[in-house]
Order: sequence, then C-alpha cells, then structure tokens
Amino acid sequence: MSLPVAGTGRAKDGGPLKVAVPRGALLDETLGALDAAGIETTAARGDSRSLIFDGGKVTLVTMRPSDVPTYVEAGAADVGITGKDVLLEQSDRVVYELLDLGYGRCRMVLAGRRGDESLGESERRLGMMRIATKYPRVTERHFESTGRGVEVIEVKGSVELAPLIGLADGIVDLVATGRTLDENELEVREEIVECTARFVANRVAHKLRSAEVDELTEKLRGATAR
Amino acid sequence: MIHPIPPGTRDILPDEMRELRRLRAAFIDVFERFGYGEVGTPAIEYDEVLARGDGRTAGAAYRFFDESGDLLALRSEMTVPIARLIANRYADVDDPVRLCYVANAFRAVRPQRGQMREFVQAGIELVGAAAPAGTAEVVEVLEAALDAAGLSRAVIGLGDSDLYRQLLAEMGVADAARESILRRLATHNLVGLEAELAAAGIDDGQVSTCVALSQLRGGREVLDEARAVGGDAVERATARIGETFAALEERGVADRVQIDLGLLRDLGYYSGAILEVYDPALGHVLGGGGRYDGLLSRFGIDRPAAGFALYMERVHLAQLEEGAAT
Repeated sequence: MSLPVAGTGRAKDGGPLKVAVPRGALLDETLGALDAAGIETTAARGDSRSLIFDGGKVTLVTMRPSDVPTYVEAGAADVGITGKDVLLEQSDRVVYELLDLGYGRCRMVLAGRRGDESLGESERRLGMMRIATKYPRVTERHFESTGRGVEVIEVKGSVELAPLIGLADGIVDLVATGRTLDENELEVREEIVECTARFVANRVAHKLRSAEVDELTEKLRGATAR
Repeated sequence: MIHPIPPGTRDILPDEMRELRRLRAAFIDVFERFGYGEVGTPAIEYDEVLARGDGRTAGAAYRFFDESGDLLALRSEMTVPIARLIANRYADVDDPVRLCYVANAFRAVRPQRGQMREFVQAGIELVGAAAPAGTAEVVEVLEAALDAAGLSRAVIGLGDSDLYRQLLAEMGVADAARESILRRLATHNLVGLEAELAAAGIDDGQVSTCVALSQLRGGREVLDEARAVGGDAVERATARIGETFAALEERGVADRVQIDLGLLRDLGYYSGAILEVYDPALGHVLGGGGRYDGLLSRFGIDRPAAGFALYMERVHLAQLEEGAAT
C-alpha cells in the first residue's frame, strides 16, 4: 500500500521531519505559527479528509491533540504541538517540552453551580468532593496537593452536564472565555493552572536530528514571540 | 479457552527467540573478547540491598514477603545486584574486575505504553578503572556491541551527570528547588525549567544561559560553546568530557559519540560521564550507562566503576527496522 506522502513509514530517519499538528481549537493558530516559521500549510488548510500533508521541508500529520504525546513519544512523529492541558494529563509520557507557543491560552479550573454550596457541603459532610472531568490525573494531583479528598468521575463528553443533573458536585475543565460555564449556570471556584500550546519533541529526534529540531524551535520562537 | 498472562509480559515464539538468541550470543562474544566474564544473579533480592544501591528505583519495584517475613524485590536492573556481588566476592581484588550479563529485569511501569514490565538487558560492569580510561573502555565495548548487532548508524550521547548539580550550587540554589530544577532538566521540560529557575531567584541572563547549555549537543565544538558560558561548574564538566573524548579519540572510537550537555540519567547513582544510545530507526532510547564511582562505597568498598546496559528487545526492533536481524 502506498502512502499519500513520502517518508511517513515507521520512525525511520531521512525524509522530512514529521510534525504532529493538533486538529480542533488549536489548528488555526498552529497552522499560522507554522506558516510564519516558513512551512507550507496550504494543503493542510483545505477541507480534505486526508490526515497527512506535504509541508515542503516537513510532513504535517494531523491528529487529536490528546494523541500528540503518544505519537511523539514513540517517534512516529518527530516533533509536535499540543496543549499544556494534554501534557499535564499525560505527564508520564516522555516528550521534551521545548517551547511555550503562547497561543491557545485557557485556564484549567474547578467550577461549581452558581449559588450552590454542594461542593463545600460535600467536603464538610463526606470529607471529599465528587468531581466530573476529562482530566482525572490533573484533578487528583490538584486535590492531593491541596490536602483534600476527591472522588474523580471521568467523563468523555460535555462535562458541564454532570453537576446540573447530580452526577457530581463540580467539574474540573478548561475555560477559555467562560461562556460555556456561564450558559450552564456554573462559576469558577478555583483556578488550577493556565495552559497554552507547547512545542514538543521526541527524545531521539531531539538528539539525532538536532539541527532540524533546533532550527524549527527557533523559527517558532520568532513566529510566536510577542 | 484463553488463559491470560499479566499485562506488560509476553510469550516469545521460535522465530523471534532464534533472533534473540543470536543477538545474545553476538553480545556475549564481544564482551568476552574484551575480557568480560558473564555472571548471573538471582532475579529476587532483599529489598534493602536494592534500595541501598538506589532508593529512587524503589517506586518501580515488585515487592513481596518470603516465608520468614523478609521483604524481597524483583530486580529492576543489573548494576546494583552486580555491585552487591562484587562487594561480596571481589572486595580484595585490586585489579579491574570485568563482568557482563544478559538478564531479565522487572519494572512496575504502566501498561499500554509500549514499555514492558519484564524485559532483558545486556551490559557490562567495569570496576576498578577510573575516568577517563575506564570510561573510554566502556564506550569501546559498547560500540563493538552495536556493530555486532549490525546497528552501524547508532549514536552514543556523552554527557556529564555532575554539571547541573554543581552549576546550581554555584548559583546558590539548593535542596528542594535544586531537585525540582534537576527533574525538569532530566525530562527536558524547558518551559518548566525556565519557570523553576526564575522562581529560585536566578536572574534572566543566567536562566537563558542554563537553558541554552542544556541544548548544546554535537561534536567537540560544543565544549567551546559551553566554555563561553563561563563559571567553575561548566569549566570542570567540559574538562571532564574533553578528557573522556580525547581518550575515545586515542582508541579511535570517538566518531559515533555525540557530546550532549543536556544529558541527565534518571537513576540516582551516576557520577561524572553518562551515556545514552540512539538509533535513527527507533523512537526510544536503546540503552545507557556511565560512571557510578560512588555506588560501590554504598556496599562498603571504595572503587571507581562504569558500565552500560542495552535493552535487548529494543535493539532487536532496531535491527528489524534496519534490516540487520540475522
């Protein structure tokens, strides 16, 4: 079977550097940053169903942001871009975090129902809060580091639903503008960490393709500096 | 009916076993040619003995009690068991002791990450030969082993494990802040590293110096680039790496060595030179090693030591990718 773009077999050297690009909310700004770093992104901007695009000097591989650390750790992609929220949740993955790209800024927060005291009430009476989240490990670490008990309930879809119909006392989630929280009558109770897009590299690629990785790092630094 | 095996373990079937056996034989041949005798040690040891070698591996261990209530652990690597063996049996030998092994080890890693809980390591331990000559011998054997495996494109990274500890001491960073910074360096989290350095009260200029230092990798020229940074810690580390590199050149084995000032190994017992092995065909590190001059003294004998270990399964995978399996 022939692949659409050359050099996309297993993690072999030679051929263009493979860059993991996150689909979704980070996609536009990521392509903008890559553009400014001198990479050809026109092919990736169309509404093609392809996943792999020729970026001139590099090959762009598009995927879910949460898959980026997986591909980069294994060396299937040499470098990649994803959110700090993803890296925190998958902190046991060995990828080198080389650069804070500054865009995609949002906050990881603990939120509860507006005017509702069930968060504090649960903690007083049960010694722990029930928290729904897509980020179970970040949530566990946050509660552990603040010395409180938590029962984490992992959900995949709209987290805001959980406290509204009694699955949880509150949620831990990413907030950009706060509109989704607002429309669901939720409010921020605690801020956990601020997240932005990060440039990451595979450990072996960072050593064996150092010139290319360093050059791209510097160009991205220039492209995203404010 | 299917009878399951634990996650992170596997069966090996004849085709693979044949290739692994050839690889094992090739490694042992090389090690013996350099005068390294093969040893075996028990897969289970007293937990206290393993923890004496390196308390930090404790988190990765499988432990259980024996019938008399003693705490046992499955070994997670071979260097500490061999240090124990040398302290028991070679304590009075003054000449260098050269031992090698191909042995399985166990780590309680999370499954589904491409990492096995039982794996095989092949390696050597050279005890009683100081830096830089001892280090150069270890690198020479490592290169011969990689050649025997057909991995002619493999690269060996050479760094210094004391550089950042001493550099941070020079900057007046100690204790928890220093450990936290070293952890960021070991995982190469440069964004976190900058933040931690700034939080420790290091000024902006020194922060970028430290980050830039960790990105220096290449040939001999990176030592000059590093020296331009200045300071005693950098001077000492570059001098140590320079000496080792010169000893490698003397043996004619420096070509595949990449000097890397960003190298930090995560095992606690390293001192001085550290090594990592990469092959362009594989995204994971093939193995590593270095000097651990302080390790034997934890077992009551004070002797310099160095060695390396290669992950057999990863070397085999790299062989398959390179078309080098026999």
